[in-house]
Amino acid sequence: MATLDTGPRAKLKWGLLDAVVVVFALIPVLWVVSLSLKTTATLTDGNFIPREWTLDNYRLIFQTDQFVRALINSIGIALISTLIAVVLGTMAAYAISRLDFPGKALLVGVSLLIAMFPQVSLVSPLFNIERQTGLFDTWPGLILPYITFALPLAIYTLSAFFKQIPWDLEKAAKMDGATQAEAFRKVIAPLAAPGVFTTAILVFIFCWNDFLFAISLTSTEQSRTVPVALSFFTGASQFEDPTGAISAAAVVITIPIILFVLFFQKRIVAGLTSGAVKG
Amino acid sequence: MADIVLDKVTKSFPDGTTAVHGIDLEIADGEFVILVGPSGCGKSTTLNMIAGLEDITSGELRIGGQRVNDRAPKDRDIAMVFQSYALYPNMTVRENMAFPLKLAKMAKEEIDRKVGEAAKVLELTEHLDRKPANLSGGQRQRVAMGRAIVRSPKAFLMDEPLSNLDAKLRVQMRTQVSRLQKQLGTTTVYVTHDQTEAMTLGDRVVVMRGGHLQQVGDPQTLYDRPVNLFVAGFIGSPSMNFLPATVEENALRCPMGELALDDRLRRLLTAADAPRQLVLGIRPEHFEDAALVDQAGKGFTFTAPVDLVESMGSDKYVYFSVEGGPAVAADLEDLAADAGGADVPHDRANLVTRLSAESRVRGGQEARIWMNVDKIHLFDPSSGRNITLQEEEPAGVAAS
Ligand SMILES: Nc1ncnc2c1ncn2[C@@H]1O[C@H](COP(=O)(O)OP(=O)(O)O)[C@@H](O)[C@H]1O
Ligand SMILES: [Mg+2]
Repeated sequence: MATLDTGPRAKLKWGLLDAVVVVFALIPVLWVVSLSLKTTATLTDGNFIPREWTLDNYRLIFQTDQFVRALINSIGIALISTLIAVVLGTMAAYAISRLDFPGKALLVGVSLLIAMFPQVSLVSPLFNIERQTGLFDTWPGLILPYITFALPLAIYTLSAFFKQIPWDLEKAAKMDGATQAEAFRKVIAPLAAPGVFTTAILVFIFCWNDFLFAISLTSTEQSRTVPVALSFFTGASQFEDPTGAISAAAVVITIPIILFVLFFQKRIVAGLTSGAVKG
Repeated sequence: MADIVLDKVTKSFPDGTTAVHGIDLEIADGEFVILVGPSGCGKSTTLNMIAGLEDITSGELRIGGQRVNDRAPKDRDIAMVFQSYALYPNMTVRENMAFPLKLAKMAKEEIDRKVGEAAKVLELTEHLDRKPANLSGGQRQRVAMGRAIVRSPKAFLMDEPLSNLDAKLRVQMRTQVSRLQKQLGTTTVYVTHDQTEAMTLGDRVVVMRGGHLQQVGDPQTLYDRPVNLFVAGFIGSPSMNFLPATVEENALRCPMGELALDDRLRRLLTAADAPRQLVLGIRPEHFEDAALVDQAGKGFTFTAPVDLVESMGSDKYVYFSVEGGPAVAADLEDLAADAGGADVPHDRANLVTRLSAESRVRGGQEARIWMNVDKIHLFDPSSGRNITLQEEEPAGVAAS
């Protein structure tokens, strides 16, 4: 590994560079946070730090049924889609990385194709299909397309993880008296866990942030997710500027993502497989 | 404990390669058998079939008298040590060794006792709570052995278990493996591509090549009485010298000169219906500095220019290059390819000799060298067969 210059000057240089990157990335977020804490009167005063602080915006959004309902939809739909995609993806990725079965290349190719397919071109056909089948504006109506697009992602990330786990471990487990299922559960699964969590985070974020499908395949509060609900936001009254409330909602919906990442981050221990084989 | 019998066991992979061709092998209860051969000759495949990790295409495998072709590895009660060690990285040394016992649903105290015992034998007691990633190569190797012995299985299978260790540790572990096997008395099949390891470890050595058995026998038999060119060249280090030889009226013409054909050789050549062109094989230790030999009359003495002298202290390796070109045979090409395919000049043959340390032979000078004619082997270049073995009872099993 190349070692970098670690003198005080170099440290300062890197520190500055890091600060620039962090500030650059965080300014829009902080701005939204700042907007969400301003009163309606000072909303457009252009100050970065609010002159009048208030939590009214937060109170307001949790009072509106519209937002709470959307939040429940979002959490439910994203969690279910993530769960199904990760379970199916794990099985598929395991098979792909371990077995040589007929049609394997085709399966991998098709899933790659799906991942690259422009989602927007599927919106109208999906809309029509869901209208016909009664899936329109229901949870499954969103969960199904989410799984379709999340699966290739899951399969790809997971098979990369499975490929890192030495084949010999599984053979060793079998020699030690494990059945195929026990070998998977007791030896392979614990080692694949970081990969599964990483995939879960990626899939969850994908489902949580989706706007395109959510706006095209829903029409009522029954299944509208937060990103869509936000776009329908009005203030307390029709004549009030909803910016403050939208900002507060935007802040609220980033929290689950942050929690989700923080929660799983601990489990993503890199290099967990080191020491399995020689080295 | 049990015996292992391979009865015409064959393995063909779905892609059409046949890695193992109808192997017949009987491994007695408690025996230490080594499978040796160049890389790609089917050793691991054979071992994996015994383990149950690969299906047997045809033939029968019996362990303890029972046919086990269709039994899963876990129902064969065999432990295996892998070249990569295959330790479970998420488990401590203790958990690694306890794993097979836990799967066997053994009581907790029993597990602790057995793991403790095995750890003591392998000097791992103070490392029991460490993870494999924090162990040295030698320690990991011992954990892998530990995981195999805790269960007291019917047999051990080891696939090049020492090849990831450095040379010194390898020699050390070699003796440990050998001692452990003697102590436990468990039937063991050990795979290696290193002929030194094979010679030093096993009760019996099985030489394989291209999925076929070449010869099975104890190390000394393989060394003294190789059935063909391949075994002769593969076993022994430095390896046997091979030279072209032509049968003439009353003599055998080889690059060193003309050897008189004695009765024994003449009889063998007639019996074998040998061709006129042969390959002569002789091991380096069957040469001596002529000045140091008393009854020089009994052997054959020749003079040749010395290329290089390597003094080992106990004896000297002296290299010659002799007029007449290297011996040509298909088997020899295989061996050369396995050894790394050193390019030899086409008009001269190299000769490696091992002389006593007292020899005064020096590089660049002519030397008078004595050769023990009784020890020469003659091979048929087309089939590789050792003609000089014919009169006596066949040494070990020879398969084509
Ligand atoms: N899964 C497989 N599919 C096809 N050919 C294989 C497979 N495994 C091994 N082989 C081939 O079988 C031969 C023997 O392999 P192996 O038993 O691993 O050799 P060794 O252990 O003696 O080095 C090799 O030529 C190898 O390429
Ligand atoms: Mg091998």
